Amino acid sequence: MRKYFQSLTRFFFRTVILISLFFLFHGLTSFASAQENVNQVPASDSVFAKEHKEKKAEGFNAGDMIMEHVVDNHEWQILEIGHFALKVPLPVIIIYGGKLFTFSSSRFDNEERSYIGFSLPEEGPDKGKIIRTAAVTGGPKVYDFSITKTVLAIILSALLMLFIFISVARAYTRNLNKAPKGMQSLLEPLILFIRDDIAKSSIGEKKYEKYMPYLLTIFFFIFLNNVLGLIPIFPGGANVTGNIAVTMVMAVFTFILTSVSGNKHYWVDIVNTPGVPWWLKLPVPLMPIVEIIGLITKPFVLMVRLFANITAGHIIALGFVSLIFIFGAMNVALGYGVSVVSVAFMIFMNLLELLVAFIQAYVFTLLSALYFGLATMEPEHH
Amino acid sequence: MELITPGLGLIFWMTLVFLALLLLLKKFAWIPILKALKDREDAITDALSSAVKAQEEMKQLQFSNEQLLAEAKNERDSILNEARKIKEKIIEEARLKASEEAGNITASALENIRNEKMAAFTELKNEVGQLSLEVAKKILERELSDPKKQEEFSRHLLDEIKLN
Repeated sequence: MRKYFQSLTRFFFRTVILISLFFLFHGLTSFASAQENVNQVPASDSVFAKEHKEKKAEGFNAGDMIMEHVVDNHEWQILEIGHFALKVPLPVIIIYGGKLFTFSSSRFDNEERSYIGFSLPEEGPDKGKIIRTAAVTGGPKVYDFSITKTVLAIILSALLMLFIFISVARAYTRNLNKAPKGMQSLLEPLILFIRDDIAKSSIGEKKYEKYMPYLLTIFFFIFLNNVLGLIPIFPGGANVTGNIAVTMVMAVFTFILTSVSGNKHYWVDIVNTPGVPWWLKLPVPLMPIVEIIGLITKPFVLMVRLFANITAGHIIALGFVSLIFIFGAMNVALGYGVSVVSVAFMIFMNLLELLVAFIQAYVFTLLSALYFGLATMEPEHH
Repeated sequence: MELITPGLGLIFWMTLVFLALLLLLKKFAWIPILKALKDREDAITDALSSAVKAQEEMKQLQFSNEQLLAEAKNERDSILNEARKIKEKIIEEARLKASEEAGNITASALENIRNEKMAAFTELKNEVGQLSLEVAKKILERELSDPKKQEEFSRHLLDEIKLN
């Protein structure tokens, strides 16, 4: 009982410290924005002033704030204190009418949010997308291959993975047949877990080796990006695995690998499912249609599950932050009061998300391995 | 809607980076790591089985050692036994020989003694005979110097002969 009480008090103190840090930031922000409002009032036609006016009129919009954090962006905002925003401009790469345009996204930092005929609106239906400026609309479609926040996060995490695993591989070759050390001993249980409990048990002792590099890569890619997504500061914080394009690419990779490695037995079972009455197949190929839908559903579910889980986690965490501001807008004291509860829930959610980060990486890898196992299964002889 | 609309650029970059990551990691990380893990497992299995084998060999060796020791003990015992027997035999023989020799020596000594005694007796007899002859001669010389006595003696001798 006493111990429990002690841990409770410790938890309380930690929360208080976190909250006070938060207030410090918040205080600075509100102070700065107040200052800025005073300064900006005369220049009412500037974009920032307009924005602030709108925000003042609408109040705090939690939905917009959350969406801005969850979706991709053409710049990486590291921190924002009132008018001052520390952000990394990212390269914009556009193919338009067969021509390549490359420039920094900071070129859009002007009143019209446009540059050489392209614009990146901050409002409206095309928010966050690069389009032709209203004056020159029409003509071919804009293909945007920019290095966005998510792309940069993918590249950074890929580099991090290369660094970690190549150094681990070197450690393995250096002290051959010896007990693992350092990073090696941290990652070895995971590698062995994927090999023994995922690959060997789902694909089988004979064929699992071929799929190991892919399974290890997706597991660590998803796990690392899930965890990096939980870290709120640069280079973490990008919602990589909560982006549907990213999960789609990985699901498509699993689908292609499954289809390529599918043996005769696998395809025959799809076209002519055994153990099903003939009338389900012959006049109307009902069963084959169901099987083919199943073929597509598997990677689709992989894609949606990972995306939804990670995005939901981010949205909930941001929702708790928003609560503070919503209540703070009603009454400052209420906002402070709610912040205690919000921060406590955010800590809880972060711990839960840490668990989800591992579970989702595990599930994606396990299901991929199961699909490979199904595709390569030898027909049973009765 | 943007949330669930996969962006073209992002798909392109993700495919590119993921493929590159997969191939690079496969070549430089996964294959060496998996190989090293397998090698280590094989080495451990080998080491364990060879340890069991060594233990068995050890046991065998111990067993044969014990056998050897037992054999050596037996041999030693038999050698000792034989030696003891030989020793006893030698002693017995020696004793027999010694007693025989002693018997021989005593016998020859007795013979010698008898011979010597005989010789001494003979010599003594001769000496005594000589002496008695001398004495008899001297007595006779003295007795028979007187013719009366000579007669008496002759007579006596004659008497004696008559008696026989």
